[in-house]
Amino acid sequence: MRSLGWLRLPMVVTYVFLYLPILVLVVLSFNASKQPFTWGGFSTKWYAELAGNAEVLQGLGNTLIVAVGATVLSTALGTLLAVGLHRHSKSNLLDAYALVPAILPDLVLGIGLLVLFTLVSMTLGLYSVLLAHVVFGMAFVTAVVRARLTQVDPSLEEASRDLGAGQVSTFLRITVPGLMPAIVAGALLAFTLSLDEFVIAFFTNGPSSPTLPIVIYSMVRFGVTPEINALASILMLVSFTAVISAQRLTRLTDTV
Amino acid sequence: MSQVTTRRRRGSRLASGERLALTGPGLLYLTVFMAVPLVLVLVYAFFQRGRFGGIVWTPTLDNFVRALDPVYVSVLGSSLVIAGITTLLAVLLGYPVAYGIAKLPARWRTVALVLVVLPFWTNFLIRTYAWIVLLNSEGPFNKALLGLGIVDEPLGLLYTPGAVIVGLLYAYLPLMILPLYASIERLDPQLREAASNLGATPWRTFRDVTLPLTFPGVLTGCLFVFVPSLGNFVVPELLGGGKTVMVGNLIRDQFLKARDWPFGATLAIVVIAFLVLLFVLQSWASRRVSGGGRDA
Repeated sequence: MRSLGWLRLPMVVTYVFLYLPILVLVVLSFNASKQPFTWGGFSTKWYAELAGNAEVLQGLGNTLIVAVGATVLSTALGTLLAVGLHRHSKSNLLDAYALVPAILPDLVLGIGLLVLFTLVSMTLGLYSVLLAHVVFGMAFVTAVVRARLTQVDPSLEEASRDLGAGQVSTFLRITVPGLMPAIVAGALLAFTLSLDEFVIAFFTNGPSSPTLPIVIYSMVRFGVTPEINALASILMLVSFTAVISAQRLTRLTDTV
Repeated sequence: MSQVTTRRRRGSRLASGERLALTGPGLLYLTVFMAVPLVLVLVYAFFQRGRFGGIVWTPTLDNFVRALDPVYVSVLGSSLVIAGITTLLAVLLGYPVAYGIAKLPARWRTVALVLVVLPFWTNFLIRTYAWIVLLNSEGPFNKALLGLGIVDEPLGLLYTPGAVIVGLLYAYLPLMILPLYASIERLDPQLREAASNLGATPWRTFRDVTLPLTFPGVLTGCLFVFVPSLGNFVVPELLGGGKTVMVGNLIRDQFLKARDWPFGATLAIVVIAFLVLLFVLQSWASRRVSGGGRDA
């Protein structure tokens, strides 16, 4: 650490830059005063108020439906795709294709899907958001599982087949359990991404079923309130927990 | 002989059946919900708008002519400048940080990296909202400045191009640090030792050895920051207060307010064209570096 020298300055600046806004939000979420910037003592009343906010609760419900559905579908499709690419892909082209959603600007995917859904006269609603979220969720699951596959010993699968197990049974009993930490990590990432995703949901959402980020968008446009601070703190806690779990699982992947 | 061929044929049919079962669903999904929408955006740019949104199937180049209108060109120009400044700041801040992390002892490295990535995974709106709070005229920054007697009146920090740049930098800085770290960490330390043993100053070693070899990482990071910054419409709206309009805002408005989808698609195509150009430049440059440095 001593060898860092002057590098410590940009590092400290960066970590303060990254965490100061978060810290300020969390502190202000416990502010008893209704004036967002005047400290009026410690209180958890905004959290209680949040629990009675019908709009937020409806948004949360919608978001959970979308996130769970998108995660299940992303995980299934992404795992199959990763195994298929690992075993059969001879060029990098298909790998690149599977990763495009991760780098494609969300605005472009959002308007493209809006055009597609409108063209086939699909009524927009939660399922159109769900279908949209699978696109990038799958890309992340594929990437994480694909990375794990390079470390898996293929001789187990060969042994299973030599002993007479069919392809499907080998896949379910040998391949999938071996990949489980990566699959769970990928699923957690897909879930977190869907939970927080705003832009694509903004374009593919029906007017009667806003997801939580869309509710938050309409709230933050009207300024700063202690209630948003409380909501922000809860959401950050959820994301942090999910990402740290995913990280531990992939590290498990690295060492095994 | 014939038995062998049959078996081989059966084997390859099995393999191609398995391949289809594994990759088929995912690739089909990506094609329907990613490739087709992208093609549709491209196609829409060449047709006329419908009266109430939608499209009339009469081919036209009017949308592209309209995109050359000075109003739109200047918005595109200022978007490129804002995204460019954000990217530059991200390199200047991100490079020393990535370098510092690579120098940490192994067990601290993971912690430092996770701490860099963590904010990136939280809700994007909330990360932007946090800056509305911080930069507010009654917010913590202004309170601190007033309290310390540095200023007499609160500064109008919010709703400026500077606020937009800070918001974008906050959102995408982790995407700069990660690829930089990856390329710095891969660097063979012996190369730097050799340079300094041969009498190069630390600055010279950095300029002639470290920087050229990590240049692909710099470019990847720049791409990761520039691309989402250019298309962003949330940060300009929330932190720019409608005064700083970026091309993302224009596209959003064409789709949801003006209901001129073909023109919105045209603007999106212009943005995508810029991004594709950057990707091509990036892969060209990194191939040049990995292909043997300057002389190659």
